[in-house]
Amino acid sequence: MKWEDFNDNEYIESLVDELKANGQNVVVGKFDDLINWGRSNSLWPLTFATSCCGIEFISLGAARYDMARFGFEVARSSPRQADFMMVAGTIVHRMAPVFRRLYEQLAEPKYVIAVGGCAISGGPFRNSYCVVKGIDKVVPVDVFIPGCPPRPEAMFYGLMQLQRKVKVEKFFGGVNRKRTREDFFRENPEIAKEEHVTE
Amino acid sequence: MNNIFDFSVATAWLDGVLTGVMPAWAATLVECVLVGVVLLTVYALLALFYIYFERKVCGAFQCRLGPNRVGPLGLLQSFADMFKILIKELIPLNNIDKFLFNLAPYLVIIASFAAFAVLPWGKGLQIIDFNIGIFFLTAVSSIGVLGILLAGWSSNNKFTLIGAMRSGAQMVSYELSIGLSILTVVLLSGTMSVSGLVEGQKDLWFIFQGHIPAVIAFIVYMIAGTAETNRGPFDLPEAESELTAGYHTEYSGLHFGLFYLAEYLNLFIVSGVATLLFFGGWMPLHIPGWEGFNAVMDFIPSTIWFVVKAVALSFIIIWFKWTFPRLRIDQLLAFEWKYLLPINLFNLVLMLIVVAFGLHF
Amino acid sequence: MVDIKEIIGKVCPEATFEENEVAYAIVPDAKWHDTAVALKAAGYDWLICLVGEDWGDALGCVYYLKSTADYSTISIKVATTDRENPMLHSVSDVWHVALLEEREVFDFFGIKFINHPDMRRLFLRNDWVGYPLRKDYDENPDINPVRLYHEEVDDTTTAYVEDDKGNVKAETREIFSPQEFVVNIGPQHPATHGVLRFRTSLDGEEVKKIDLYCGYVHRGIEKLCEKLTYPQTIHFFDRMDYFSALPNEHCLCACVEKALGLEVPRRAQVIRVLMDELSRIESHLLFFGTYCMDLGATTALFYGLREREMILDILEATCGARMTFNYNTIGGVRADLHPDFQQKVKEFIPAMRKGLKEYHKLVTGNVIFQNRLKGVGVLSKEDAISNGVAGPSGRASGWACDVRKTNPYAVYSELDFEQVVMEGCDSFDRYLLRLKEIEQSIKIIEQLIDNIPEGDYCAKVPKIIKLPEGHWYQTVEACRGAFGVYIDSRGDKTPYRLKINGTCLRLAGIVDHLTRGEKIADLITIGGSLDYIVPDIDR
Repeated sequence: MKWEDFNDNEYIESLVDELKANGQNVVVGKFDDLINWGRSNSLWPLTFATSCCGIEFISLGAARYDMARFGFEVARSSPRQADFMMVAGTIVHRMAPVFRRLYEQLAEPKYVIAVGGCAISGGPFRNSYCVVKGIDKVVPVDVFIPGCPPRPEAMFYGLMQLQRKVKVEKFFGGVNRKRTREDFFRENPEIAKEEHVTE
Repeated sequence: MNNIFDFSVATAWLDGVLTGVMPAWAATLVECVLVGVVLLTVYALLALFYIYFERKVCGAFQCRLGPNRVGPLGLLQSFADMFKILIKELIPLNNIDKFLFNLAPYLVIIASFAAFAVLPWGKGLQIIDFNIGIFFLTAVSSIGVLGILLAGWSSNNKFTLIGAMRSGAQMVSYELSIGLSILTVVLLSGTMSVSGLVEGQKDLWFIFQGHIPAVIAFIVYMIAGTAETNRGPFDLPEAESELTAGYHTEYSGLHFGLFYLAEYLNLFIVSGVATLLFFGGWMPLHIPGWEGFNAVMDFIPSTIWFVVKAVALSFIIIWFKWTFPRLRIDQLLAFEWKYLLPINLFNLVLMLIVVAFGLHF
Repeated sequence: MVDIKEIIGKVCPEATFEENEVAYAIVPDAKWHDTAVALKAAGYDWLICLVGEDWGDALGCVYYLKSTADYSTISIKVATTDRENPMLHSVSDVWHVALLEEREVFDFFGIKFINHPDMRRLFLRNDWVGYPLRKDYDENPDINPVRLYHEEVDDTTTAYVEDDKGNVKAETREIFSPQEFVVNIGPQHPATHGVLRFRTSLDGEEVKKIDLYCGYVHRGIEKLCEKLTYPQTIHFFDRMDYFSALPNEHCLCACVEKALGLEVPRRAQVIRVLMDELSRIESHLLFFGTYCMDLGATTALFYGLREREMILDILEATCGARMTFNYNTIGGVRADLHPDFQQKVKEFIPAMRKGLKEYHKLVTGNVIFQNRLKGVGVLSKEDAISNGVAGPSGRASGWACDVRKTNPYAVYSELDFEQVVMEGCDSFDRYLLRLKEIEQSIKIIEQLIDNIPEGDYCAKVPKIIKLPEGHWYQTVEACRGAFGVYIDSRGDKTPYRLKINGTCLRLAGIVDHLTRGEKIADLITIGGSLDYIVPDIDR
């Protein structure tokens, strides 16, 4: 892939413009760059897969594609230690609350990648009675990787876009994610009630 | 022998300079702080090196490249990981024993740090030199078990609890084997002080001096040492496919980072102790009678001797991990109590005979 | 062959018989349990498929039974006209496989089974409204929205018990008592190979009982198929058991071709067999890798994947995808072989043989590995048959159940290969058997690779495929056992009911039986050795 094509990403450009709008202190900015360099090069995935895309995710770790080159290979089984979540596969009604909880358990800063048609929109199962039509209805998503399943190369492309996104974020001076836990509870009073019961 | 640079010259000079400009108590204080800072830096750098080393070695075993994008040859990979882990959120949990939960990772790291301090880094380069140094080492390294047990218990999670119970049973059992194999070497050398052990290997390393019983003790020590560090094939307390992440499932951010760091550093400590006991610590390879050869060997600095030997031994332990499948808990305990322990006791008697009749070299 | 009319007639004179591809009997519900006992005594000991169906005027089940003596098949229909509170008698005490299959029917059609010990939903949330596979199910998303709160954990279940006088009464039964130490393994757990959930009651390290929860990727494929034409349904078969995608497609196509009476060109048959065997090797390789990874030997995974990538290259060149091929089509295959196909396969075979040697050296001979596997999870032949655990796992228990041998399809009857059967019944044999099957698959490929006949790769089929009225059942040997498709057609271009009889539900169902009294670590050993694929369980 050519650099121009790789670089062609309106979303990130708009994000950069938005962040640069207010200007920034030089020292804080440099420190930000260092931290972000670390963060973007050390994204540890959560081992999470529901169906076919998960197998391509295994292939991604294998010798031919080897995501260890980028430092992605430290797959953590405990969501508290992972940085991002590759939602590889269909999320159905029964899984949705479990998935939601997994997302809540990830430690900030956290990212979500929707891999494959099923996670993006329900894919071939969109018309089914019990498939969630896109995980962005359940959690905020950072990168979408289309395909059914996407090839490992496509997954790399998506992961590298995530790295770019992490790099332009500001670590000091506010997190860029707008939707907080409180917002989420306001939108879903039913869950708030249930969470309250468990606490 | 005399060619080796003695670090005590350097430290004595520093001490002289400091006492020249300030009172003795202040000099001691400054020295303590200096030692602490240097030790911490070395500790952190070594852990980062080990993380990188293991990932590269594992990649090579699995026909992969391993990290190669971050910095030249991926050398900066573990620094990136460090920055990330430092700023990760520490998730506040409900329904846990907060004090013990926060204490546990520090216990683990302090235990490995204290053990780290005893290692002989080079000629005269040792922080404390007790007359019972090796005894102190076994004592402090077992504090780590307490940390793991507390971590599992205080998390209020069933997986961590199982992991902690497993690690308790495992470490207490294998501590025996480590202690006995160390005792075998102490029997041969007649001293428990670390510098005494190294000096004792001036002419020949203990593994050659003690021949058969020393080799047996070495093998037992390596097996038990692997078990002590919770590494495969003995990684039951954090068996990923069984208990998600074992005793540290609930830990995030820096606390998890401390466990992660301690795991790698324990690897170094175990191989460092093996170097000390069997391969002469910082002592270069000497063969009695070959004066020219010995003199050449002496030109290599003692610190390099120590680190290279320790890293080579850790390579063997990493090799274990990426080759063998994991044991089951009952097999693990049966292996210790039914095989290793009797072999060890027998070996101790054998060493006694060797020493009593002067059958060693 | 035993006379089915005679056996059923003795127990149940009211039964009626119809002509179909296999013997087809309609038995009233009141006599069904007695008939089932008699049929099992007559040798029909393998319940291969239990299809729930809504015929519009009646709800009920079609049972496909097979005799393990001569592998003849019969089918029985049992139905009830009560739509408000439909009830049938359970046969879960006759064939254990019905324990889960009847729960599935309850989940989809709301048929309650009398004397079944555990009538809970299997795939859907326990607060789901309605029974989705009924023809009058309301799919309005407002009735069943995406619920983001957790469903209630059920520690009790309901059983419908019949007393001597024939009255049916609901009874509450306990699954786990409050004193038990219950650990949730799954749905998000590295050992379950996907999103499967075992609620495990532990005593120290020992497993006391396991309660299986599936449905965490239940995507309602059967319902979706009812709205699509036959060629449109093929791609779903890639996405269930994604390692045996090609055999599964083969099964559906063979079933439709059987219904149409369509002759498939020989070239297509041979290509299908070649592709089936390649995907069998691929599937077993991934089993080898993931199984070793579960046991802690991660390196073996990468060795297995290395050879798997070679197969994927071959398949990709011809089929155009790495995993979801959509290659089989009704009447043959979608495209001709890639010109390099033969050469690539010939290069692959020696590499695979070399790889196998390496696997044995690295893993099979390892003492730790053998100690972990030998004698763990012993599945007797009787249990295997009663629970319908066919395929490699069944063959490791001494049950010669390879469909390629017992009921040959495509060109398998002309080929020279052995059915690998082992008598060890434990995890080690289940593991070793799969590696031996790779050798047999190589043997098949070697026989065919130079003998691919010339000709069409696809028969001429009408543009719009309409099946005549009737129902058909087709089985093939997929990578994990006998995979079946049941099609009921009312003469339309869409199926009236399409039941996918996956192989993995039975495999997951047997885990509880195998792990009782074993250690937690053995749960991973046993689950891994059965090699189930979660999307195939849930469909």
